[in-house]
Amino acid sequence: MDKVIASDEQLLRNFILENYLFTNDQSKLENADSFLGSGILDSMGILELVYFLDDEMSIKVESSEMVPKNLDSIDNLLKFIDLKKNLIPGL
Amino acid sequence: MCGIAGIVRLSTLTSPPILNSVLESMANKIRHRGPDDGAIYNTVTTGLAHRRLSIIDINMGAQPMHSSDGSVSLVFNGEIFNYVELREKLVKKGHQFVTRSDTEVIIHLYQEYGLDFVQQLNGQFAIGLWDEDRKRLLLVRDRVGICPLYYTVDQGRLIFASEIKALKPALNNGLEISSRALDQLFTFWTPVSPNTLFKDVFEVSPGQMLVVEKGEIQKYSYWDWEFSVDDYWQTSESEQAEELLELLQDATKIRLRADVPVGAYLSGGLDSSALVSLIHNSGKVALTTFSLNFAEKDFDERHYQSLLIQQLRLKHNHLTVDAQDIAENLKSTIYHAETPILRTAPVPMGLLSSLVKKNNYKVVLTGEGADEVLGGYDIFKEAKVRQFWAVNPDSMFRPLLLKKLYPYLNLPDSGQAAYLKKFFAESLDQPKNIFFSHLPRWTTTAKAKLFYSEGFSGELAGTPLDDLRRSLPSKLIQMNFFNRAQYIESKSLMPGYLLSSQGDRMLTKHSIEGRYPFLDHRLIEFSNRIPPKYKMKGLCEKYLLKKAMKNRLPEEIIRRYKQPYRSPDIATSVDSVLSEELRYYLSPDELKKNGFFDNKKVEFLLKKTSSNRALSVSDSQALIGILSTQILAEQFL
Repeated sequence: MDKVIASDEQLLRNFILENYLFTNDQSKLENADSFLGSGILDSMGILELVYFLDDEMSIKVESSEMVPKNLDSIDNLLKFIDLKKNLIPGL
Repeated sequence: MCGIAGIVRLSTLTSPPILNSVLESMANKIRHRGPDDGAIYNTVTTGLAHRRLSIIDINMGAQPMHSSDGSVSLVFNGEIFNYVELREKLVKKGHQFVTRSDTEVIIHLYQEYGLDFVQQLNGQFAIGLWDEDRKRLLLVRDRVGICPLYYTVDQGRLIFASEIKALKPALNNGLEISSRALDQLFTFWTPVSPNTLFKDVFEVSPGQMLVVEKGEIQKYSYWDWEFSVDDYWQTSESEQAEELLELLQDATKIRLRADVPVGAYLSGGLDSSALVSLIHNSGKVALTTFSLNFAEKDFDERHYQSLLIQQLRLKHNHLTVDAQDIAENLKSTIYHAETPILRTAPVPMGLLSSLVKKNNYKVVLTGEGADEVLGGYDIFKEAKVRQFWAVNPDSMFRPLLLKKLYPYLNLPDSGQAAYLKKFFAESLDQPKNIFFSHLPRWTTTAKAKLFYSEGFSGELAGTPLDDLRRSLPSKLIQMNFFNRAQYIESKSLMPGYLLSSQGDRMLTKHSIEGRYPFLDHRLIEFSNRIPPKYKMKGLCEKYLLKKAMKNRLPEEIIRRYKQPYRSPDIATSVDSVLSEELRYYLSPDELKKNGFFDNKKVEFLLKKTSSNRALSVSDSQALIGILSTQILAEQFL
């Protein structure tokens, strides 16, 4: 289980770092950093993140789930993904 | 349009003499502005150069033009639309004219009224006037910034020209990009006037006059956008609409004065449609119009264009542009614009002027300025909604009005108000901030600064917002927030980008003159006293203009959503259209050479553009901004 979470974490961190902070310097992003609060993502960025979750991680985000509690930081995303995987058998 | 240039020795003791060859080189750099004729004039103290686009009094209007006694010499770019009336007035006062040109009217007007002559001009102009008796040079620019005029001081000489590239032959050293101005541009899309992208090169600001006398340079402001604070028109909205229409009709009529055929741009929006309708109804037969169409449907407005083409039986020409065309013409666009750009919208405008030229037209009327004067921009609506929202920042309903404003943008749906809020809620907690209306746009643009190199970031001192705040008058604080938004737009984006990079420069690229009835100063002064509630009624923009044009335009045009002019950025399909030549400017070596941007971050941006994911507005602006800065550096440094 730990291994899967670490992999998701790295995938998400690299996506945010490379596409929104334009760097591979891991020190530029803390897992608790708020995407909205720090201006890392705008509304288009949120949509891209949703597409990324679907395309790369097979996580479908419902409209009602598009709230900061689920998507606004690496920590929030990991909790959300964990929840979704537990809800959907086989993932 | 024409091109002007000149040199004045501030001290004949220490400054080098003025060479004819230098004046000729300066004029040749702006030959595209006036391909029909050219001449220079050189005394010991001053040199003037002119390139002419012949439009009025084709046989006799050559410049530099001199007064009959030789004491006043003039180079002039632009048009004085009320020259007929001014000439009559001067003749009654005993002035004798040799030509029918508007140029000669300026000389007589100066002789009659001195520095106050400019108050009488209704037009678009950049003037260099040499008074031999007083050994005095005047540099004068029109009220709103239609005609460009730049100057610098080098080796004890003041050097001026219509375009910065024409200054270069007279400079001892070359041009250098100003880091502060570049940082301003990556916030406001334009440097804060009078700055230009180039260090120590300034513009004569709109509505200003420079007086160069006894080695000193004095600046005078002769006109500004004066918005009413408590003195709005008290007449009914119908009466105001009627008066607006009369002014617009006259502003259009005098802008049809020319000894060559005059055409018009037709976008399909309210402003250009209104103009075309007024020109048509003024009795001019078989009006010729020009439009841009885009292969990408999202940007295309041909349906609305066709409504008017059919109704008025216009002789219409159109050009279809795609992302490939934009990529291919980017370099020449930057050369003419003389500035980095953050959207590619100027490129199609340059292509459109080539269509005008191919049809043997030299002059077009355009609807530019209507949004600034009559309150049409989405940013004004957006500010109104945000003001409404700021009263109750926790409301989930109020921000959803923003979706109504931007039906063509892919904004989040209801239920995602948190994200909508983030997108537009910039400074929602500070509705009294004088920049409240503009902060969301500027914040989006400024995201490109993420790509600055460490070295360049380290060079920057001060903030662009402070620079802009210092350049604006204190009267801004007293204005109604809607008028304030109009004022900021009219003093920054309009002259610095819309009338310049997207206007004059793209027209003169192919020797075409643009004329702007909505920017007639009588119409501006009238509109500035219209109560804001009549400019935007609810969220209906340019309400009074719509009322004035009702029954004169197809209902569908009056009622359509306002669609801002946009073009497909090359960033949207960058992989397929970015040629090797353009990629070269973004290579690590080239980026390091200029030092403005971090090559590793740009590499990640390019990787993102290749991923087939849609780019955000800020990514797209960053890519175009970085690429055009690199191109500019190669062309001008």
